[in-house]
Amino acid sequence: MRLGEKIKTFLQGFFLFNIIWYIMAKLINMKALPKPTDVYLNMGHLYGENLFIHVLVSLYRIFSGLGIALVIGTSIGLFMAYSKLGNKLLNPLVYFTYPIPKTALLPVVMLLFGLGNSSKIILIVFILVFQVIVAVKNATLNISPEVYHPLTSLGASKLQVFIHITVPAILPELLTNLRLSIGTALSILFFAEGYGTQYGIGYYILDAWMRIDYMGMYAGIIVISLLGFALFILIDLIEETLCKWKGKLSNSH
Amino acid sequence: MLEIDGLSVSYFPDKKRIHALGPISMKIAPSDIYALIGPSGCGKSTFLHVLSGIIKNYQGQVTLKGNPIDPKKHDIGFIPQNFGLLAWKTVYKNCVLSLKIKEKIITPDQMNRIDYIMDQLNITDLKDRYPRELSGGQKQRVSIARAFIMNPDLLLMDEPFSALDALTREEAQELFVAMWNQYKTTTVFATHSIEEAIYMGKKIVILSHYPGTIVEVIDNPLFNTENLRENKAFHTLAAHLRSVVKKGWKL
Repeated sequence: MRLGEKIKTFLQGFFLFNIIWYIMAKLINMKALPKPTDVYLNMGHLYGENLFIHVLVSLYRIFSGLGIALVIGTSIGLFMAYSKLGNKLLNPLVYFTYPIPKTALLPVVMLLFGLGNSSKIILIVFILVFQVIVAVKNATLNISPEVYHPLTSLGASKLQVFIHITVPAILPELLTNLRLSIGTALSILFFAEGYGTQYGIGYYILDAWMRIDYMGMYAGIIVISLLGFALFILIDLIEETLCKWKGKLSNSH
Repeated sequence: MLEIDGLSVSYFPDKKRIHALGPISMKIAPSDIYALIGPSGCGKSTFLHVLSGIIKNYQGQVTLKGNPIDPKKHDIGFIPQNFGLLAWKTVYKNCVLSLKIKEKIITPDQMNRIDYIMDQLNITDLKDRYPRELSGGQKQRVSIARAFIMNPDLLLMDEPFSALDALTREEAQELFVAMWNQYKTTTVFATHSIEEAIYMGKKIVILSHYPGTIVEVIDNPLFNTENLRENKAFHTLAAHLRSVVKKGWKL
């Protein structure tokens, strides 16, 4: 799906969603569910509240967490795929820890790493890294042995095989995984920013909620949603540029 | 000169020993084209995989130009049955992959050679396409271009035309022979088609049932003959081959 089409779909969804919201607000008629029009009109005032600083802080945490999880996860995933010993050692550990709900570790992470940024980033890394490990390992193992033959017969070095085969072959799966991870990362962030910080869009929403500032709260929710959408589009763009050879993208509808 | 002395290959699935090929001995002179013909499962692919460095575990000796065969030292072109194009590289990048892996700098001379070969194989217009946008015949031509662009010491093809429909196959065979006539590359290819062996092989090697050994090596007088299929001698040779094949494959 091209970018133009995506924006069209986005606008259609946005429009429909707001109509439903509007009707619900009219029907329920409570302060806790204001009309979308009121929320949007109020958003102009938020500039003075430094909303963008909250957004920047959240983005910093997301990108650091994602980046670290990608680097560690890709390395471990490749190690497990290419080394029998590595797989033997790490597979039980990954298998065991994969289903543990890592959000439950929030108190532990905060006790060990303090209340600051690092504990929030570490929590994101904890949750994403296992998905990345499993995705990279499976994608690498799924490369059929025949794909390596032309390079083997050319006497390619391990590094050349890595650059010309492994990286391009696992990239689509890695990006699909990243797309899912970003949704997860945003949810965790919202949760983690409820503690020990005064910055971040998660904090902003929770704070507005506590202050019964419903307009601000809804504005925050809209901003965090747009953030998620923007990151989604970003990944799509990366995928379209780097995985042109794949043709139709599997995740577009 | 490619010398193969007492080559045999075994697999070890589940700690059992399965003898897949050989022993095979033969000498292939520069500019020869050897057609290997044998029943499926006789070890044709295994044989080519040894020559291309994909299988490193074998008994016996294989030397090319006096040195043990090694894809890092020799330039070996290998065209597998599925053409071996990398899906994430454009036609052009697939064509120059061998030069890139061998870390050869593309000189203006080489540039001309690349252009010339791509032109000969009629794939210049497809330069920026990806393999999934190509037909089987086009993919085949790209893989032939890639092999000839690197100017290999040895060209190996594993049932190179079997995935193509009859008409495209004949066209591809003609193209291959035309390319070979220009560059005289030493070639070994596997096929299960007697016709293909006669059309493209200077020497035809008949392999037995698994584990494949040589039943007979035939000098092919009809190699490179035009209108081969209308030639009477073709039918005689084909009949002879068929009878040897039948005997050999029953063993």
